[in-house]
Amino acid sequence: MKLFYFAWVRQKIGRGEDEMELPAGVATIGELMSSLRARGGGYAEAFAEPQRLRAARNQDHVQFDARISDDDEVAFFPPVTGG
Amino acid sequence: MSVRIQSADFDVAAECEALTRRSGAVGALATFTGLVRGDDDLVALTLEHYPGMTEREITRHIDEAKARWPLLGVTAIHRIGRLVPGDRIVFVGAASSHRNAAFEACEFLMDYLKTRAPFWKQEERAGGVVWVEAKSSDADAAKRWKPR
Repeated sequence: MKLFYFAWVRQKIGRGEDEMELPAGVATIGELMSSLRARGGGYAEAFAEPQRLRAARNQDHVQFDARISDDDEVAFFPPVTGG
Repeated sequence: MSVRIQSADFDVAAECEALTRRSGAVGALATFTGLVRGDDDLVALTLEHYPGMTEREITRHIDEAKARWPLLGVTAIHRIGRLVPGDRIVFVGAASSHRNAAFEACEFLMDYLKTRAPFWKQEERAGGVVWVEAKSSDADAAKRWKPR
């Protein structure tokens, strides 16, 4: 799967994207966040407070209980501030 | 319909002209232009976005606006990159036969642009650089448009 990070999420992780296999036992966005947090370092910092984050699956806003598969593009970012 | 994400500035008069000459039935054009406000010690704003999702999200809301109001043309432009106080940052224009549709569609699109389109602003001030926090007042403004 393809992962994208934006704004301070990208800065804390230190990169804008990752390509990886869906980790075993991960079926939702929320579970993926826990799995990424467990990597430690910048990932642990970026995913420390899930309530400060928003997510998209295949470029659509989704809630953390949305299901994901290995073909999905998932993005994590803070609440948007355009306009 | 025209949706553009660009670092270059845009010409408001040219955008208005393009929206009105398209059809003789246009009787009203409402536009909104957002500028970088030079409050306090703001030096610059830097905007980033999620290429692909941004265009998709804005297009979806324009489609929804067209389903709600009889629109004859819509343009949405959002700039990215580093902008300084006084710079134009966003433009939304809605053309219709009558003013209510144009006014309302323009407000609807701006409310959704602020709360759903994946853009993020970073503020550069004398004291350093910070990411702008989302405002609950923007979320409240978007809530007044009940799903149909």
